[in-house]
Amino acid sequence: MIEGIGILSLTIWVPIVAGLFILASGGDRSADGQRAIALVGALAGFLVALPLWTGFDAKTAAMQFEEMAPWVPLININYHLGVDGISMPFILLNSFTTLLVVLAGWQVIQTKVGQYMAAFLIQSGLINGVFAALDGVLFYAFFEAMLIPLYIIIGVWGGPNRVYAAIKFFLYTLLGSLLMMVALIFLFFQSGGSFEILDWQRVPIGMTAQILLFVAFFFAFAVKVPMWPVHTWLPDAHVEAPTGGSVVLAAITLKVGAYGFLRFAMPIAPDAAHELSGLMIALSLIAVVYIGLVALVQSDMKKLIAYSSIAHMGFVTLGFFIFQPLGVEGGLVQMISHGFISAALFLCIGVMYDRLHSRQIADYGGVVNAMPKFAALFMLFAMANAGLPATSGFVGEFMVILGTIKVNFWYAFAAALTLIFGAAYTLWMYKRVVFGPVTNDKVAAMQDIDSREFLVLALLAICVLGMGLYPLPVTEVMHASVNNLLEHVAHSKLP
Amino acid sequence: MTLSMLNLMPALPEIFVLSLACVVLLVEAFSKKAAWAYTLTQWTLVGAGVITLFNADGVKTYAFNGMFVGDLMGDVLKLVIYAAAVVAVAYSRRYLHDRGMFRGEYFALVLFAVLGMMVMVSASHFLTLYLGLELLSLSLYTLVALQRDSAVASEAAMKYFVLGALASGFLLYGMSILYGMTGTLQMGQLIQAVDMTHPGLLAFGLVFVVAGLAFKLGAAPFHMWVPDIYHGAPSAVTLFIGSAPKLAAFAIVMRLLVDGLHPAVGDWQQMLAIMAVLSLAIGNLAAIMQSNLKRMLAYSTIAHMGFLLLGLLTDSYAGYSAAMFYVITYAITSLGAFGMVVYLSRAGFEAERLDDFKGLNAKHPWLAAIMAMLMFSMAGIPPFVGFYAKFVVLQALVGAGWLWLAVAAVVFSLIGAFYYLRVVKVLYFDAPHAADIVPSGGSDVRALLSLNGIGMLLLGLMPQPLLALCAYAIEVSLQ
Repeated sequence: MIEGIGILSLTIWVPIVAGLFILASGGDRSADGQRAIALVGALAGFLVALPLWTGFDAKTAAMQFEEMAPWVPLININYHLGVDGISMPFILLNSFTTLLVVLAGWQVIQTKVGQYMAAFLIQSGLINGVFAALDGVLFYAFFEAMLIPLYIIIGVWGGPNRVYAAIKFFLYTLLGSLLMMVALIFLFFQSGGSFEILDWQRVPIGMTAQILLFVAFFFAFAVKVPMWPVHTWLPDAHVEAPTGGSVVLAAITLKVGAYGFLRFAMPIAPDAAHELSGLMIALSLIAVVYIGLVALVQSDMKKLIAYSSIAHMGFVTLGFFIFQPLGVEGGLVQMISHGFISAALFLCIGVMYDRLHSRQIADYGGVVNAMPKFAALFMLFAMANAGLPATSGFVGEFMVILGTIKVNFWYAFAAALTLIFGAAYTLWMYKRVVFGPVTNDKVAAMQDIDSREFLVLALLAICVLGMGLYPLPVTEVMHASVNNLLEHVAHSKLP
Repeated sequence: MTLSMLNLMPALPEIFVLSLACVVLLVEAFSKKAAWAYTLTQWTLVGAGVITLFNADGVKTYAFNGMFVGDLMGDVLKLVIYAAAVVAVAYSRRYLHDRGMFRGEYFALVLFAVLGMMVMVSASHFLTLYLGLELLSLSLYTLVALQRDSAVASEAAMKYFVLGALASGFLLYGMSILYGMTGTLQMGQLIQAVDMTHPGLLAFGLVFVVAGLAFKLGAAPFHMWVPDIYHGAPSAVTLFIGSAPKLAAFAIVMRLLVDGLHPAVGDWQQMLAIMAVLSLAIGNLAAIMQSNLKRMLAYSTIAHMGFLLLGLLTDSYAGYSAAMFYVITYAITSLGAFGMVVYLSRAGFEAERLDDFKGLNAKHPWLAAIMAMLMFSMAGIPPFVGFYAKFVVLQALVGAGWLWLAVAAVVFSLIGAFYYLRVVKVLYFDAPHAADIVPSGGSDVRALLSLNGIGMLLLGLMPQPLLALCAYAIEVSLQ
């Protein structure tokens, strides 16, 4: 425990306060100042999160950096924060992504700059809260509140069909979380009056109740992941969202869903998780194979990457529900890696969109002639998305496949198909967009990336390569927590 | 001698408001300055608040031979009623001025309506209750009709009057049956005299009482009047009708069903459950189709009353206090939403269609933010207070074993979220209107509205004090 305000509180409230400060600083006339405040706020948010990494004790599975204060004592709700090896990396990932998003929106966004930046900063703080919360209601409050900024981001700065996409996104995700609210209240009574997630993980629950709880959590988190068949909001939201919105959506909010499975569904209802694991694996494999094929036929680049995200997240849930250390760790690595890669790909598409105002693959061709630097970086990320060894995309997928093969060869075989599909849709898109002759004058006139764009993409490239070449620091952090989780899940909680 | 003196003490706020309501009537007649009436009204309400505050002691005291009761639940509700009335009158000032309604009658009627609500809140006898109810209703009918030249308002007033009279008839009929059964009109004696050996007769009387109450609350299937009255009445009057009277309606439900008819809980629980689900369904589904903001909010009121009933039917301290928290926060939220309609209306222009709010964010980002906070609160999205209001009700429901009702409630909340989101969409995503919206009203109204909006956030971040107050008030007021 640290005196005064803890690190986790800082990671939550520094971005939020910065965002509110920007909102208070006036309209578009002070846009430059607002950008500067946003950058400072995002940087500060990232810096205050760094001690989580440096001060983290990887040997224990217990919660660290805990903070506890009563919030609503009347019904025993606490402001209880803490992280373990599963949640800590995501706070860093989120704070890092926010920094990139602020940089990426620097010039592109010219209207209502303050509100745009503020929405992202507030969103960042709320998401950190989701990962840090150890109280069920606190988690829920962050989990729902984070919908508001993203709703505004998609709806205000999005594409032509943005209103439809924004409302669809909000209602879809709200549907899941409302059922979870009932589940939380049920657990409150089941555990004798506690909203502590850790208490819930210990309390014995009967099989029927476990199944119902699992279904409620499934709705909440599967929609967020998103798993097939509740994924249909994602392509719409991605296509219509501005670049920054897509980045946050793909890199962070999808991870909230997968994280929820690890924090809630599996440890609170382990018997139901085992019982329904066949279904979960089936849904995951459908996402991997079927959605991979769907991605292949997309003509819109953003939609293609959106479908590729669903397929990659299918890998994550597959890894979780085989109940193997390698699978769960692989899933977590895949989540972080996908955070980098999908962010990078959406930023790449954003870079091209800013110049040509089209996301259609057919409108491009021969981009490498006009933008060689960009093409090189884009190549790296496309390869990473296809799971090329030495990139982060390979590590997670390989671990999950290794874990799966121990359980069932055919699961692993189906999952490994993604290496083919992933390469097919990503590289085919890359070929059509970047290589070949220059198809039209607009492409020829495209400017190569400037230093700001280069900085953003280079940072991501370092992360992708770094994690691909030397993933040990990341897996090391997770190891104790994942083992602890699996040991917990292996024990029946039936009374 | 001293005993009778003491006996008047619980009714001191009522006596104070009555006296000053008469003075307000005279002030304008003699001075011709409506502004004086305005100031006097506000001070009357503040004064009543001070008296109530000093009277509040958490002890249940009866007066007038048990016809009148003073307890903490009543005191808290009265304080919120005064506050709601003060804010409503402040919001309305400019609106009334622009439409020639800024006259002494309005203020006198508001004070009489407040008095009616106070009597309802403190009634522990069928007659007192009916007296308060009619005083409130008659004042409201007249307020709706205040804009004499408006055909819509006159129609609304007529509908309100006819349907209101019918509901009062229901209530009276039910009361008379109960009187015939038990031989008493007083709640304290009723609860002992209720005869469970004639369940049919008891249920028969109860049905009429509950129907009358449901009408006053605006719960389905007795909700037909709500959209028409909310829509037809001048926005300033809708603002008033939509907030404080809900608190009084909550109070009489508590007095009648819990204080008086608690032995029949098994009967009224089922009636409330059916009405709650119907209200949630009809309110939320019908609200989707509205293009008029006032009408949409009217249907949303019906849905919110459904949620209120859910809290009441749990028959537990947790449920009653959850319902009380719900109705208080709802009154504040509704005040803000209608306040915004009134604030954005100006002479010759009613900002009541959804389209009128298009692109508000472009010109008035702060007003749009307030409105968005109010809408998110109504939708029950954290961190706004509407979330906690729904949360505690659901918690009480699940605690009492009504899991299926809780699931039904959240499903309908999801449907409800759609139309609140649509308002936010209109505010933020749509291009602004060619004709700019110009807020009316002074900076004091703007400050009050801001406070109202930020209050949603603050109460949501720190719900503990109000929650604890409601829980405590319910606990000391029910035996």
